[in-house]
Amino acid sequence: MKMRGARILLESLRCEGVKHIFGYPGGAVLHIYDELVKHAEDLGITHYLVRHEQASLFGAAGYAQATGKTGVALVTSGPGGTNAVTGIANAFMDSLPLVVFTGQVPTHLIGNDAFQEADLTGITRSCTKHNYLVKKVEDLAPTIKEAFHVASTGRPGPVLVDLPKDMTAQEIEFSYPETIEVRSYKPQVHGDPKAVRKAVSAMIRAERPVLYIGGGAHAAGAYEEVKQLAEKLNLPTTCTLMGLGAFPASHPLSLGMLGMHGGYWTNMAVNNCDLLISIGARFDDRVTGKISEFARGAKFIHVDIDASCIGKNVRCDYPVVGDAKTVGQQMLQELEEQLAAGEKIASKAAWHDQIAAWKKQHPFWWKEEGEVIKPQYVIEELHRITKGQAVVSADVGQHQMWTAQLYGFDTPKNWLNSGGLGAMGYGFPAAVGAAVARPNDLCVAVVGDGGFQMVLNELATVKQYNIPVKILLINNGFLGMVRQWQEQFYEHRYSHSNIEVQPDFVKLADSYGVAAFRATKMSEVSHTLEKALNTPGPVLIEMKVAREENVFPIVPAGAALKDMILQ
Amino acid sequence: MRHTISLLVENEYGMLTRVAGLFSARGYQIDTLNVAPTLEEGVSRMTITTHGNDHVIQQILQQSHKLIKVIEVTDMTASPHVEREMVMLTVNAHQGEQRQEVLSLVEIFRAKVVDVNPDSFILEMTGNAEKVNAFIELLKPIGITDIVRTGPVAMTRVAHVKAQRLKDEDEEFSELTLNEKV
Repeated sequence: MKMRGARILLESLRCEGVKHIFGYPGGAVLHIYDELVKHAEDLGITHYLVRHEQASLFGAAGYAQATGKTGVALVTSGPGGTNAVTGIANAFMDSLPLVVFTGQVPTHLIGNDAFQEADLTGITRSCTKHNYLVKKVEDLAPTIKEAFHVASTGRPGPVLVDLPKDMTAQEIEFSYPETIEVRSYKPQVHGDPKAVRKAVSAMIRAERPVLYIGGGAHAAGAYEEVKQLAEKLNLPTTCTLMGLGAFPASHPLSLGMLGMHGGYWTNMAVNNCDLLISIGARFDDRVTGKISEFARGAKFIHVDIDASCIGKNVRCDYPVVGDAKTVGQQMLQELEEQLAAGEKIASKAAWHDQIAAWKKQHPFWWKEEGEVIKPQYVIEELHRITKGQAVVSADVGQHQMWTAQLYGFDTPKNWLNSGGLGAMGYGFPAAVGAAVARPNDLCVAVVGDGGFQMVLNELATVKQYNIPVKILLINNGFLGMVRQWQEQFYEHRYSHSNIEVQPDFVKLADSYGVAAFRATKMSEVSHTLEKALNTPGPVLIEMKVAREENVFPIVPAGAALKDMILQ
Repeated sequence: MRHTISLLVENEYGMLTRVAGLFSARGYQIDTLNVAPTLEEGVSRMTITTHGNDHVIQQILQQSHKLIKVIEVTDMTASPHVEREMVMLTVNAHQGEQRQEVLSLVEIFRAKVVDVNPDSFILEMTGNAEKVNAFIELLKPIGITDIVRTGPVAMTRVAHVKAQRLKDEDEEFSELTLNEKV
């Protein structure tokens, strides 16, 4: 059947199993929106109208983080696309599978500085996994097929498809390719057996190993493999900020998060290990601190599907290029074989004792100070009330670190945040995406007053679709993390980090028709939180917390892990 | 160390900027860059010369390979290969001794005169970078008024040819010019 490009786009999305789109209309995508209003219901696609294009990308990213499926965003040309760029860059840094459709001026106007024209493939070249400009309507369906393939395989990432308006208007026979072959793109899934053998042999012999799990374990769904490797080899296991939840926080072998705001015992374990086994992590500077001092006595095993990540930041002794789940399975099998051949796993009793001693020496701590609400307490209460089972989407800053440290994620894909890019404003719209994807799960956006004010317009979105996101606003009237650095590293000069001039958030939510609660005292935290979380529909909960609380421990930027500041 | 990297790419919209953008975004140098079609329609060969330590070169190879439309990446420097670039020069060639001197250099370097004027020549010469540099150095005193260089293209020596490796005329030449420079 002949149909216009706009309809082909929607039919293609149906073929890809897309159920939800986050978007914002405009001139260049009017044909698409016209087809949406006519056919979306038949195609089983629901479009969510956000209130700023950036939120469509964050929503789609939250959707991807909470499900592992490819998120889809649709925005118009020019400003629609440029507003989306932060969201695209975020998905690129955190390797989230997204397909982003942007409108473009008609092909005959491209390059003419037409109204709402921007070179979106040019602008996004360095922050997409790949991008496409559709110049012939015949290419539309195959391009969409390829875009979904590229976004969701290998190391996932955002793919942008730029659609000139005439491409959505022209008619052509629709047929969707069953398969796609991209000869220049062949992700290596299986690890080289020899490399796996060498790595496993090192794992068996190591006396002070640490297993270090990153976001790649989520991307590959390598949960069972990671757990079995940890248990069979008795490996202390740490997760990066992006890896939290890939290994249960309450597991006896769990070390929690490492890095800048990681536990003392975790960083000490990493720094003193003899073998660091990295699966799907990338030795980010927030993890390693001063690179020349990082785990100096250790050999490194690095499993990554992206070969360019191996050896990029640290030397690697045992590189294995491959998918975390597949390589994990290969490792488990290799382990069985080597044990069957008589190899003996080295004893780690002393190592576990040492780590336990470190943990006892300096656990996470915070001090109660009368009725002043401590943000850490709010997170602990959130964990208690939700039994650690909520989908938690953090914004960026101090509250993000407290949540990462204290919520204790036992379940995969329940932790959403902007790790690599550190984009303020992520938490709330990402929670919207998660709540759309997982309507039966409680979704909580833990946000600060800075980040929330970048995206509070999305209150209209959650009201419009009655999306039951619970916004837990940790309000200290500061850009807290900036203030903390100014306190610790700039002699208390609080330059432009005080944001105590702000709206009455309860009234603000009320004006959007969103239920709102507020607690100002420690004694109010529990019941306010319980009441709010049990209120149906979207809810805002404002916690007026201690203004100058700091996140500890902290490894100062550029310092070695061992030089972390504990209090 | 200088490396010559050869990329086989899908000749799609914006391919050059994808590669060039990768280099600039990650702080790598492009010393020379050459792009041209191959026998297969829609596939181009890019030859890039760059420099950096082993770690940087390794990253360049890996990151280039990661580009979705890059089919193949080869570090030519790692194996026996032949490199050539072309130079065209407009040089002074006044009647008499000067004209003879230019012509004798043309003969020694197996260059070609492609345009003749009463007091100048346009010369064309191919060779590896060393040979091209030597040619330029020798012509400088005579007077070069214009110059265009392509930057190198490179081709791996086929394995069986490698065994009975034919002596490269340019290698002969670099011996000669090196001696002259000393």
